[in-house]
Amino acid sequence: MAKIVRRLHIAVVAWAFVLVVSMGGGLAQAKVFDPKTFTLDNGMQVVVLPNRRAPVVLQMVWYKSGSADEARGKSGVAHLLEHLMFKGTSKHPNGEFSRTVAEYGGQENAFTSYDYTGYFQTVASDQLEMVMELEADRMTNLVLSAKDVETERAVVLEERNQRIETRPSARLREQANQKLYPKGHPYGRPIIGWRGELAALTREDALAYYKANYTPNNAILVIAGDVQVAEVKRLAQKYYAPIGAREMPARPSLLATGPIEGGETVLRDARVRQASWSENIIQPSLTNGPPMRVAALEILSEILGGGSTSRIYRALVIDQALAVSAGSYYDQSARGDGKFAFYGSPRPGVSLDQLADAVGGEARRMLSEGLKPNELAAIKKRMMADAVFSRDAMKAGAWTIGGALAAGHAIDDVEAWPERIQAVSEQDVLDALQAVLDEPRRITTRLLPQETPNTIQDGQGTGS
Amino acid sequence: MKKILWIVALAALPLWLSIAPAQAVEVERVISPGGIEAWLVQDNSNPVVSMRFAFRAGAEFDPVGKSGLANLAASTMDEGAGDLDSQAFQQILADQSISLSFSSGLDRFTGQLKTLTENLDQSVDLLRLALTQARFDAEPLTRLKSQIIAGIRADSEAPGKLAYNALFANLFAGHNYALDSDGSEESVAAITADDLRDFVKTRLARSNLIVGVVGDVTPKQVAVLLDQAFGDLPRDPAVKHGGDVTPQVSGRVQVIERDILQSTVVFGQAGLKRSDPDYYAALVMNHILGGGSFTSRLYTEVREKRGLAYSVSSSFYPLDHAGLLVGSTATENARVGETLDVIRAEWARMAAGEVSEQELTAAKNYISGSFPLTFTSTGAIARVLVAMQVHKLGIDYLNKRKSYINAVSLEDVKRVAARYLNPDRLDVVVVGKPVGIVPSP
Repeated sequence: MAKIVRRLHIAVVAWAFVLVVSMGGGLAQAKVFDPKTFTLDNGMQVVVLPNRRAPVVLQMVWYKSGSADEARGKSGVAHLLEHLMFKGTSKHPNGEFSRTVAEYGGQENAFTSYDYTGYFQTVASDQLEMVMELEADRMTNLVLSAKDVETERAVVLEERNQRIETRPSARLREQANQKLYPKGHPYGRPIIGWRGELAALTREDALAYYKANYTPNNAILVIAGDVQVAEVKRLAQKYYAPIGAREMPARPSLLATGPIEGGETVLRDARVRQASWSENIIQPSLTNGPPMRVAALEILSEILGGGSTSRIYRALVIDQALAVSAGSYYDQSARGDGKFAFYGSPRPGVSLDQLADAVGGEARRMLSEGLKPNELAAIKKRMMADAVFSRDAMKAGAWTIGGALAAGHAIDDVEAWPERIQAVSEQDVLDALQAVLDEPRRITTRLLPQETPNTIQDGQGTGS
Repeated sequence: MKKILWIVALAALPLWLSIAPAQAVEVERVISPGGIEAWLVQDNSNPVVSMRFAFRAGAEFDPVGKSGLANLAASTMDEGAGDLDSQAFQQILADQSISLSFSSGLDRFTGQLKTLTENLDQSVDLLRLALTQARFDAEPLTRLKSQIIAGIRADSEAPGKLAYNALFANLFAGHNYALDSDGSEESVAAITADDLRDFVKTRLARSNLIVGVVGDVTPKQVAVLLDQAFGDLPRDPAVKHGGDVTPQVSGRVQVIERDILQSTVVFGQAGLKRSDPDYYAALVMNHILGGGSFTSRLYTEVREKRGLAYSVSSSFYPLDHAGLLVGSTATENARVGETLDVIRAEWARMAAGEVSEQELTAAKNYISGSFPLTFTSTGAIARVLVAMQVHKLGIDYLNKRKSYINAVSLEDVKRVAARYLNPDRLDVVVVGKPVGIVPSP
């Protein structure tokens, strides 16, 4: 619908599609973004990605804190604060931030994820100083009234209604996440917050989160576009360097330990008219996975279920005509564990069990038969080409590097991506698949219409 | 959700169409030996070429009982053509990393091609095959129909979809604009391979084609590829355009009851077409009222001051045969009446001419200044080149746009507000269990 997407959640920045590779010297010498980086005395890291296609510049400030850093019982406060950051400071009160950016034709937004919170503006390149002054100002000088918080909390409750309550698939996902992670794990609760906890958040809760997390040593500044590194350095010194650092406690690990509920989550709703299924499996991320395993999982998800030439699509959607859609994906970017998933939506008369069995069958067939000649090389070629295309969009580097650093990864984790992908062998891919199939930490979701007794059978695990 | 996404696209459109004088984009006109025209922006920063093209061949022409035909054609033309069956065709696209796709809206049937420069020739050949020798084999046709029908079913209870479909059905009863351009479960099921062949034969032609090309390619190469891709098409389409249609606005309030916590509200009124001389004045007026940035009156009054909604906006929605002004919001059921009262009050305040020089200046600055910000990918620029030709804005439009915006006076804004905003005749559709409103009989 025609909605304003301000202050949205960004789930994942899929690296494979936003990487930039210089093809000039051939793949062996592929460079990725080649960012320039330096750190201010207060600990704030700065990354510069010059790109002169258009007289445009993008500023992003990423805080290495998201909903995962909320105190128990305060779910939703990271995201509520993100909204409140637009209210004002003593120097720029009453929504002046957005008004000023808009008057110069600038575009802006913000987002909250489990692992981080970010703010960004796109402006004509001669307006960079203006947005740097504004963004630095609100890093420490936020002023909130109780009325601001009350009104904005109502806005966020409507956002929750719009994103979750009115969408059966979103409600199902919310329920499933609780069972995929150990009890109390931050990834098991929604970024936007549980309704009851969100409704009880106060000005003091928001300010407590602000004071604990919004400090330059917990932030990354990324500037991309039509700029010189020296100019960014000068402006960063002027606006961000004077902000004093505050000590941050060591961040607790987000890697899941302890038992999970697992099993399956079923949601039936009269408003569902097309059933769907997914199987979500904990797998390593860049935080805990050996880099080659992570790369192998990326390739695996492409071969098995990435798009309309993948094995799962061919088998289920074309050859067996069981599904209208089916595939797989892998998210390696998290600060905590990563996730591998299979999904599908059946054709009329096909049950979710049949669908799940067929997906599992394709996975096991690949394991027993191995890859086809040239299959691995073709996928690698495509992934390298995707990287070239991503250079076409000025913002890709900022999102990728910012997201990686904010989740605790290193620039080198990004820069070495093409080499890792190129080095993956068939055995690596099959080992990764074996690990996906063997992993016990998994949850199945089933989204179902209120009643379709002839086509849907409940209760059985899927075994894929 | 095509209809609704379209609104988003159009609302965003004005933001693309302007250019900073410092680094002007040079638009070249290329005419092929066969007489096919394209507008070109050369950009050698990456070994990539983007092409976009549009035919006046959208859902407007879908036959009775076959709504969704153009949309199904868009989904199946790249599923096998010439000697290549669906899987062979898709495999070449994947292996060569060629992105080729079609889509369709109410007015236009569009396509996009994006490729590494080294695969340009092969890409254009695949495009030619898709446009002129699509096979529409049984397997892909059945598969794509099942996918589209599944999509229609999956969306059928989405509040925004329900609401917009009802609004358009009310405003355009009896015209194809009243129908979802995706079609219905029944109409999609009824479409045959012969219908698709008929679509290609009667609607795709050189005289209703518009092309924009951006990237690592020379005018000479473009001239050749235009004939290669489009030269086999007939000169003129067999279908003829209908006349204009007047939206039947009556101020009716319709409630579609659903047992959900939040009501989705859409509203509409007659607007203007893109060719209207008042278009820029209307754009500026709507920016102040409910347009793109986070500073509009609706945003301030509904969201910032009262916390009634997460999203609220309005936008002009110009079609080939009609103009609309539409908006939407979503609020908890208990506050629907209050929210609509606030929206109507803003409608009335603007209609009465309450607007300041300061608001005018801020709006003009935004509409002009936000302009170069999306010129950051070849595909985005190609889309603008197509829009400029579709709306006959002139090849120098990028340089002139700012002057069109600057020419809008306070009197112009007041005049279009008085003309297009009528709070008592705002058509409203609510999906949910709203409180505080009375549905029309």
